Amino acid sequence: MDLSRLVQESEFQWRMPVEAPMHVPGILYGDREQILQMDDKVYTQLYNVTLLPGLVGPVYAMPDAHWGYGFPIGGVAAFDADAGGVVSAGGVGFDISCGVRTLHTGLRPADVEPVKTVLADALFAGIPAGVGSQGSIRLDTRQMDAMLEGGARWAVEQGYGIPADLERTEERGCIVNANPADVSDHAKRRQRCEMGTLGSGNHYLEMQRVATIYAPEIADQYGLAHDDIVISIHCGSRGLGHQIGTDYLREMVLSAAEFGITLPDRELACAPIRSALGQRYLGAMRAGMNCALANRQIITHLTRAVVNSLLPHARLELLYDVSHNICKVEQHVVDGQLRELYVHRKGATRAFGPGSPDLDGALRDAGQPVLIGGSMGTASYVLAGTSSGEARSLSSACHGAGRAMSRRQARRQYGGRQVVDQLAERGIVIRSPSSRGIAEEAPLAYKDVDRVVDSTEQAGLARKVARLEPIICIKG
Amino acid sequence: MATQQRIWEHLEHDADIGLRAESKTREGLFEAMAEALTALVTEPAGVRADDTVTIHCEAPDDALLLVDWLNALIFEMATRSMVFGSWQVELDGQKLTGLVKGERVDRKRHEPVVEVKGATYTSLSVVHDKDGIWHAQCVVDV
Repeated sequence: MDLSRLVQESEFQWRMPVEAPMHVPGILYGDREQILQMDDKVYTQLYNVTLLPGLVGPVYAMPDAHWGYGFPIGGVAAFDADAGGVVSAGGVGFDISCGVRTLHTGLRPADVEPVKTVLADALFAGIPAGVGSQGSIRLDTRQMDAMLEGGARWAVEQGYGIPADLERTEERGCIVNANPADVSDHAKRRQRCEMGTLGSGNHYLEMQRVATIYAPEIADQYGLAHDDIVISIHCGSRGLGHQIGTDYLREMVLSAAEFGITLPDRELACAPIRSALGQRYLGAMRAGMNCALANRQIITHLTRAVVNSLLPHARLELLYDVSHNICKVEQHVVDGQLRELYVHRKGATRAFGPGSPDLDGALRDAGQPVLIGGSMGTASYVLAGTSSGEARSLSSACHGAGRAMSRRQARRQYGGRQVVDQLAERGIVIRSPSSRGIAEEAPLAYKDVDRVVDSTEQAGLARKVARLEPIICIKG
Repeated sequence: MATQQRIWEHLEHDADIGLRAESKTREGLFEAMAEALTALVTEPAGVRADDTVTIHCEAPDDALLLVDWLNALIFEMATRSMVFGSWQVELDGQKLTGLVKGERVDRKRHEPVVEVKGATYTSLSVVHDKDGIWHAQCVVDV
């Protein structure tokens, strides 16, 4: 990215000044090298977002921002419905409510090491992953609608988990005001065989070791200690969310002129929040979010069964579950005023600081756990939301490493077998149905997650709590 | 890459994948983009033509018709758990009829790499150049 178009405000904060026809400035977070390495298209896409109506405050790019479609991945923007604000299907993306759930296990490395290979095989057999995999749960029309309204709460009621799981899930496991009637039959058909499946691409289930503790007092409140074994699940709303995105993007593209909205990029397709289309999209998107929460809850249930079959003393309790592709109604203080905003986070993680009324118990004192997924074979992180994040980024942080090279480049440089062997030398067991998929997800195809997280902390968006290193990785 | 006179390629994109194709005919262009889509998932030449699926699309312009066509293929692949290796497109103005042939995904034989979530409107274009060649590109989310 050309730095001459930005004003450096601090070591980790860069401003895109307002110039007509922008409505608001853009703020990019990252060190000089990270901003330099971002594609110019990140600038263009963030600039395009500043042209949308009803924006409140700056639009933001997180340190892991990269070229997406419509919004940049790692983009955050908030709209006021009363000021003509919009909701954008392109600002949420196809993988509605994609997110990360991390589970304690009560295990230590010595418990896992003797059964690591067997456990990897059992997890691979027990958690449907990859193209063409199907879950064992089939929902009829009534059950599908109940799931879309109830999210993880529905899943727990069906026996896929325990009530305590909900206390550690964003929105306590259920997004309100979801409307299954706003979800097309096509979307529901696409989900028919996909409940409890991981998907493919960068989605995974990992067993990880807590390698470093940075903030002992917060780690203690989160129940994390050095050498603890945890399990992280990264996936989203599967085919249902993809089809909701497809359906509403098309409708919003075709309706933009009718709303008097000029789209600098068709993929920014949006509709006024107060319009019938905007309301229908919100109803459908919230149903998609519930689908993602239910999906991760069911995968949790399957994971518990597999792990306990080999390690009966393991206790898989939720640390937290948080999404990073969403639009949610939140209260934020902007210019000294409390405003109700529709916050879009596309590849950015909500990061509420200490004292947030959305957090329960120990989390309210510590701040919300912010779960950052690494790439296959690299570290993941547990961060904590900070008080300063509210003013800096509407309580948003990064979501992962972000790709450094395209899938095609990765395929040219790495072989699947080579990647598996290299990771095995480091004690990491990979299981995946696709060798080419492993090559495309090679660790070096991604940016350095350590630096992304360092910049996130230095910028005051979230605080480092623990670094997790992979032991077993089940890739879709 | 060319298979059966279809010319297409995959483009570099940070997070997702771009498809680009060209053809002497508008129909051939839509067929080539479909082949490029399949090639993200598996090798098109390795797909048997066991079953036929008929797809109908209609859109106000060629770019939107291309997105609709790719999304219809993605939907059929997902709900039928199929991959396609043969495409025959007929166009009547802005109406498209596609006869596509393929088979159920065989995870061992096809080694499917990635499921495609949807076709996007980013960097989307369908152009008929002055030499009479049709060109298209589209970024898909994977």
